[in-house]
Amino acid sequence: MQEKNRGLAVFTFLVFLFLLGPLVIISLTSFEPSTVLRFPPKGFSLRWYENILDVEMFLETFKTSIFVSVIGNLLALALGIPAAYALSRYQFKGKGFFNAVFLSPVLIPGIVLGFAMLKYVIVIYDLPIYAGLLVGHTVVMLPFIIRVIASSLANFDFAIEEAAYSLGSGKLATFFKVVLPNIRSGIIAAILIAFLESFNNVDISVFMTGPGVSTLPIQMLTYVENNFDPTIAALSVVLMIITAVLMFLIERLLGLSYFTKR
Amino acid sequence: MALLSLENVSVAYENQLILKDFNLQVEKGELISLLGPSGCGKTTTLRLIAGFLEAKQGAFLFQDKDYTRVPVNKRNFGFVFQSYALFPHLSVFDNVAFGLRLRKVKEADIVKRVGQMLEVVNLSGFEKRFPKELSGGQRQRVAIARALVIEPDLLLFDEPLSNLDANLRVNMRVEIRRIQQELGITTVYVSHDQEECFSISDKVAIMNKGVIEQLGSPAAIFKYPKTEFVARFIGFTNFLNGSERQERDGQVELKVAGHSFLIASQAGNEGRTGKKCAIRPDDLQVEAGHGSTGEPNRLNGIVKISTYLGRSYQYVVETALGNFTVNQEMDTPYQNGQQVSLVFPREKLVLVD
Repeated sequence: MQEKNRGLAVFTFLVFLFLLGPLVIISLTSFEPSTVLRFPPKGFSLRWYENILDVEMFLETFKTSIFVSVIGNLLALALGIPAAYALSRYQFKGKGFFNAVFLSPVLIPGIVLGFAMLKYVIVIYDLPIYAGLLVGHTVVMLPFIIRVIASSLANFDFAIEEAAYSLGSGKLATFFKVVLPNIRSGIIAAILIAFLESFNNVDISVFMTGPGVSTLPIQMLTYVENNFDPTIAALSVVLMIITAVLMFLIERLLGLSYFTKR
Repeated sequence: MALLSLENVSVAYENQLILKDFNLQVEKGELISLLGPSGCGKTTTLRLIAGFLEAKQGAFLFQDKDYTRVPVNKRNFGFVFQSYALFPHLSVFDNVAFGLRLRKVKEADIVKRVGQMLEVVNLSGFEKRFPKELSGGQRQRVAIARALVIEPDLLLFDEPLSNLDANLRVNMRVEIRRIQQELGITTVYVSHDQEECFSISDKVAIMNKGVIEQLGSPAAIFKYPKTEFVARFIGFTNFLNGSERQERDGQVELKVAGHSFLIASQAGNEGRTGKKCAIRPDDLQVEAGHGSTGEPNRLNGIVKISTYLGRSYQYVVETALGNFTVNQEMDTPYQNGQQVSLVFPREKLVLVD
């Protein structure tokens, strides 16, 4: 028994090493004092962290990324909450079809979706780059919003809604007074997950960005193509910290188990 | 004129007709139960009255006004759900106050009325608790208080006790009857539990396949079920299918495969013209040995199965007319295979359609 457990422990350790190793290496190389990316670093310096702020485009694209993720999130919520509600609450013809349509952005390879969006939104409708980027990110976030909120509505007893009607509450008022407060945690989770998905997105963004407008991940790709200094490593560490803080918030607010239960 | 009246109502669900030309009248102040097996349309009827479902045809009149198209939130009916359906994010006080706030009642009055209502349901002091901190019985009492505090014109119960354990169920039904009578509020109550319905109702409607088979006082239904379905539903297990029927000397004579059965005419039995009659296992008598053939209301047979019920023994007796179930209190039970004769008391036989 003891023997077996040790074997399992070693195996688990190896899995973690496989998953986290690259992150550890990146983190360490970000403290490299010289201009070459190398591991292990020869010394300790924060100069590449300072350099992040010196590269103007990083701050610029960071703002774009935040803007697109936040506004896109709001748009996706405005579309996704009613959609999730309708899909959970009612039985109607073509429900399976709509379910599939709303989830399709997760199933279709991002690169395909990105190219399709480029053809459709930019080439045919000739939308400005910023607007196109926003539409693209809304589409990326929508399935996550619908998925998470629908699973939280699945645990909602719709008799509660009927109870509110019978007490004299109208349909819209009931939605805001009774349904929303009870799926609040689901909505928060949906916002955070969709945000991460959008903020880290490359495959859609790469098609939807253009002259003068870029997102942070795209800018990072461009930077790596031309420079080989540890700035990207430093920036990656910053992004990891932001992601970790968000995950920590989710964990504190809802518990990560929220995503594993169905 | 009745307070509530459903007139030739039809309800369809996914192209299936649940209620067809359904009629029901409820008088002011009475508690009427809709009783029947699952799928009989009782919940559909209740949800129709509440306004959660819309009638395909027919009319729903309330206080002589057409309520057929009045939306749920304009009806002022209280509804108590099987799952309680309390608002999980609100305290007991806010749950009960919900309807009053929508009616723009002054906060001071809300405090007073919620307090009074919680007293009625014996939940004073629980104002700050949340639904998940309450037991099933307490939750249901909050649900009742929430439905009652808006002073509804009608109170509707949808199997309110089926999620509670047996002891609590009995206490709660007494409680519901007490509150209903104290406030004199007209109530429609749905359940599939016969004892529950009979114990609290002024009138019971026994439903089957979207039709009311019998509507009457619990005692009348219990003693004189009108149809075979009702009889079976309330515990009659023995039936005699007659081929000939004669009336004489104030009693009905039924011929069943050559055997003669006399049925006493009684007030609750009048006007029944069927050739079928029923009797409860408790009312049938069993005697040792075979009696003389040809004697009316007597049937010879042998004991097939004997089971011990605690207060009495139950026998399944095989006769020329099929198997009959009979309960009898006795010290030494009959043995399987023993010859016995069954006696059908004429005042206990009930004609059914």
